[in-house]
Amino acid sequence: MFLQQLINGIALGSTYALIALGYTMVYGIIALINFAHGEIFMAGAFVGLLMVGVFKLNIFLAMACAMIFCMVMGVVIEFIAYRPLRKSSRLSAFISAIGVSTFLSSLALMVFGANAKGFPDQAFPSHQISIGDADISTLQLLIIGVSAVLMIGLEFIVQKTKVGKAMRATSEDYNTAALMGVNVNFVISFTFALGSALAAAGGVLVGMLFNAVSFNMGLMAGLKAFAAAVLGGIGSIPGAMLGGLLLGVTEVFGVAIGYSSYRDAIAFAILVLVLLVRPTGLLGRKILKKV
Amino acid sequence: MLYGFVNSIDPYFLQILVNIGIGITLALGLNIITGLTGQLSLGHAAFMSVGAFAGALLTLKTGSPFYLTLVLSGLFTAAVAALIGWPILRLTGDYLAICTLGFAEIVKVVFLNLEITNKALGLTVPPPQTALPMPVIVLIVAILTIIASTFIQNSRFGRALKAIRDDEIAAESMGINIARYKIQAFAVSAFMAGTGGCLYAHFLGYINPSDFGFLKSVDMLSMVVLGGLGSIPGAVFGASLLSAAPEVLRFMSQYRMLVYGALMVFLMVFRPNGLLGGVNFTDLVLRKLGVRPRGAVRTLEEKH
Repeated sequence: MFLQQLINGIALGSTYALIALGYTMVYGIIALINFAHGEIFMAGAFVGLLMVGVFKLNIFLAMACAMIFCMVMGVVIEFIAYRPLRKSSRLSAFISAIGVSTFLSSLALMVFGANAKGFPDQAFPSHQISIGDADISTLQLLIIGVSAVLMIGLEFIVQKTKVGKAMRATSEDYNTAALMGVNVNFVISFTFALGSALAAAGGVLVGMLFNAVSFNMGLMAGLKAFAAAVLGGIGSIPGAMLGGLLLGVTEVFGVAIGYSSYRDAIAFAILVLVLLVRPTGLLGRKILKKV
Repeated sequence: MLYGFVNSIDPYFLQILVNIGIGITLALGLNIITGLTGQLSLGHAAFMSVGAFAGALLTLKTGSPFYLTLVLSGLFTAAVAALIGWPILRLTGDYLAICTLGFAEIVKVVFLNLEITNKALGLTVPPPQTALPMPVIVLIVAILTIIASTFIQNSRFGRALKAIRDDEIAAESMGINIARYKIQAFAVSAFMAGTGGCLYAHFLGYINPSDFGFLKSVDMLSMVVLGGLGSIPGAVFGASLLSAAPEVLRFMSQYRMLVYGALMVFLMVFRPNGLLGGVNFTDLVLRKLGVRPRGAVRTLEEKH
């Protein structure tokens, strides 16, 4: 029972972590809460569904298509809605992000309709594997595996490549990085592309996990992933992973011990409690006050 | 006589006007904590919902007179805000924002599960028996909120809040008790949100916990930012615009929310400080009258 719930929790949590990474990277670089991120996640799920349902593509190919589509989408959104606002107050950019999010979810409502759509059964042949007294489905294994591979890939890009170095420099100090010859505009676009690709993969995985893709799935998933990013300490990549897993696991355990009607509040209750003890999140840096 | 006059107005138009009035009350409340004190709250719909349910329950269970209900629900919301504000206002910036968001989600889910709020079915609220018709009461409350906000903004209290917004450390070293002022600002802000919620409940006649979700908080925040943070005419203008926009855009039926979202992006891109941000009305009027010459020395506040 415990092991079973733990596996369920990790599978759910790793999708939260995938989405949370996009929030935390964008925040780390330009201190913007990208509220349209949840809608990118939703778009990824729809593109994946179309690829599997209409073009009969293999699930991995479909996921790759969704990731590429959302990369482009993320960069375009940044160019239209955030770039002109980079020098203005952060709240203006935030409202602009909310405008984008409203726009995208109503666009999806118009194009795909209000009903939730499911992935076709043959998309991924799922069967159960027993480990001890717990059952783990191949779908859960796929989710955990894909998330782990993507997160390791991201860690590699950020830590080992030149553009990753530029990302770290920009997040440390935007102006100094620009003076040292880092092409900040490119770095920001690249960050949006990376984050959006991860969200798209998360969208396809969540779409398969719950077998439902709908125009408003981005809102709650986005809020929870944002909560995960803040829980881990916003701006910190390992923090987002930790926060996502933690929220997923607590949510599943909360439901398992009988608080299913409080499902959506559990993640936020954990968040509020942790923030009261550690005001900058679990792995967040202390905010230094300059006097 | 007033009832006759109100009834002669087209009910659809009247509904929009009342929405604007309630919107002004809510936006000015949020303006105090976000515009004036500089603390981002993403969960203000929760205070509106606390006020709405407190008001509805007072009317349903005790049958208290409407004006008393209105004040009591505002006071109750303020007390709740002070209670939760005490621990969470230590947080800064986005951590506070997400904490208020989390609090709002918790309130929503708790109301969805409580027996007394009728769970997911929501409450039906009978129309109040008052001498004044409801739209007039909404108008009066909106005007009172504008007056109160103006007083607060220009008082010692308001100046302390602006000091906290501009530089917390400097404000603290000038002897301003930051924690106390933040909690008080939070309570005043919640009082207005609670009254707005109570009006909303009694005008609409039906409330449901799901009506006060994240999107409602975002609506309120958009009003304040779109009008111009910290500006009272701005908040009034933003509230009027955004309360009316969904109805005005109704002719394009299915494209409505699409246009609404795009409009928000465009307005922000072209007027990043809000429509009336940085516009000082007294100054404009004085200049038009020729009382103040063009190059007169400006105060710090006008420059911002």
